[in-house]
Amino acid sequence: MSDAIVQVEHLRKEFNGTVAVADVSFTVRRGEIVGLLGANGAGKTTTIQVLLGLTTLTSGAVRVFGQDLERHRVEILQRCNFSSAYTALPSNLRVRENLRVFAALYQVRDYRPKMDALLQLFEIAHLKDKITGHLSSGESTRVNLCKALLSDPELLLLDEPTASLDPDIADKVRKILRRIQRERGITMIYTSHNMRDVEEVCDRVLFLHKGKVIAAGAPQEVIARFNQRSLEEVFIRVARSGDLVEAQ
Amino acid sequence: MSWPRIRALVLRYTFLYTRSIPRVTELFFWPIMDLLVWGYVTLYLQRLYAAQDTPPAGMGVITFLLGAMIFWDILYRAQQGTTLAFLEDIWARNLLNIFVAPIRVSEFIVATYLVSLLRIMVTVIVLIALAWFLYAFNLFALGFSLLPLFINLLFMGWALGMITTGLIMRWGQAAEALAWGVPFLIQPLAAVFYPVNVLPVWVQPVALAIPATHVFEGMRAVLRGEGLPGQYLFWAFALNFVYVVAAAGFFRFMYESARRRGLLAKLVTQ
Repeated sequence: MSDAIVQVEHLRKEFNGTVAVADVSFTVRRGEIVGLLGANGAGKTTTIQVLLGLTTLTSGAVRVFGQDLERHRVEILQRCNFSSAYTALPSNLRVRENLRVFAALYQVRDYRPKMDALLQLFEIAHLKDKITGHLSSGESTRVNLCKALLSDPELLLLDEPTASLDPDIADKVRKILRRIQRERGITMIYTSHNMRDVEEVCDRVLFLHKGKVIAAGAPQEVIARFNQRSLEEVFIRVARSGDLVEAQ
Repeated sequence: MSWPRIRALVLRYTFLYTRSIPRVTELFFWPIMDLLVWGYVTLYLQRLYAAQDTPPAGMGVITFLLGAMIFWDILYRAQQGTTLAFLEDIWARNLLNIFVAPIRVSEFIVATYLVSLLRIMVTVIVLIALAWFLYAFNLFALGFSLLPLFINLLFMGWALGMITTGLIMRWGQAAEALAWGVPFLIQPLAAVFYPVNVLPVWVQPVALAIPATHVFEGMRAVLRGEGLPGQYLFWAFALNFVYVVAAAGFFRFMYESARRRGLLAKLVTQ
């Protein structure tokens, strides 16, 4: 499949005999936004960590941009970026200094116009000279997103990107992500516990339960298949009776 | 290896010092305190010996303490600078951002080496100036011997730094105290403030297996006016080669072990 950006085949990951991911296979095509969903311990964080090269896999295969992740980690990461609500940028550096460092790490040429445009897009241009540690959590999250987009990534991994945002800003961020995806054709893998986020942003979702994909498809398809009214209800059903769902 | 990426990491760590008074203070505070204590102890001992009718031969040997103190600080800062760069990213919850960037392990290590070298240069220049001003002790009296001795201390500090960082990577912030403690494990054996022959005979082979021992023995020989015996340099370089290669292997092993166990992500959320 020529437009496959991420190909995960029978991914299995064990930590000291504990199975975190049992058997996960999926493909993400160019320009798609795919949501990885599941209750705590379902295996989505481990899957993301594997995709970022932070964790090795026990068995299976992961190919990104058609290349084996383990062998071409640095080349692949050059074309990816990541933003998480659970990481931070160095708090004692100014916003522009942090973005300058990451622009240099990703070898972004002439980063200043890009940085200014992104800060403008996320409505935080006035924070450019502020110390990062002095920002609110919502402002920090948006700076993180600027960092993630500064390198013009082809693949963006977003871990709970709207977790610390108020509803107004969260809505704006969702719309910005959608717009960027349309304009630049960026492929995104998205995890969130906010099902409204996922319904609005993702083209396709993968429901994980006990380290396996037990449902996949467009949000509306999945909702219809489970005979529920929203993705949130599907989530609750999977979380509470995932074993039954898996057996069906 | 990509120099622009190494430069970016160095930039990240040096930015810290432009913004943090405690970090800049830390560069000078303990070394200056050490210099003052050791310096005045040295002056006191010199006066005691001077008061005796028959001062012991080689009385100027007491100035070895000051040289040893400054040299020890080079090793200590090299080790600590390497490890602190890694710890800074754990403390800032920035480690994941760094390790998911397209950086090779070797680039990360070289960047931490360069940061530690910058820290050492700043600290040592201040110490040398103060030692000269307060005690008329001129480290440059070592002449050209200073450079190979300095380089060997740097290599040994870097090797210890890699080992310490590897241990922190594996055992997390619980092992953080090692950043300050590891050099002191070898200090009694490395003949920093006294010659190797002062140590018990059965300990001496262990001491001689440490590269820094040969550096400090060499430094004393130079201060005694004997020049720098080639054997000290040979053993310091040879042992350092083994230490640096072994430490790099150990760091790589710990890094891969941390990836296998999913510990890199946990370091951020501990």
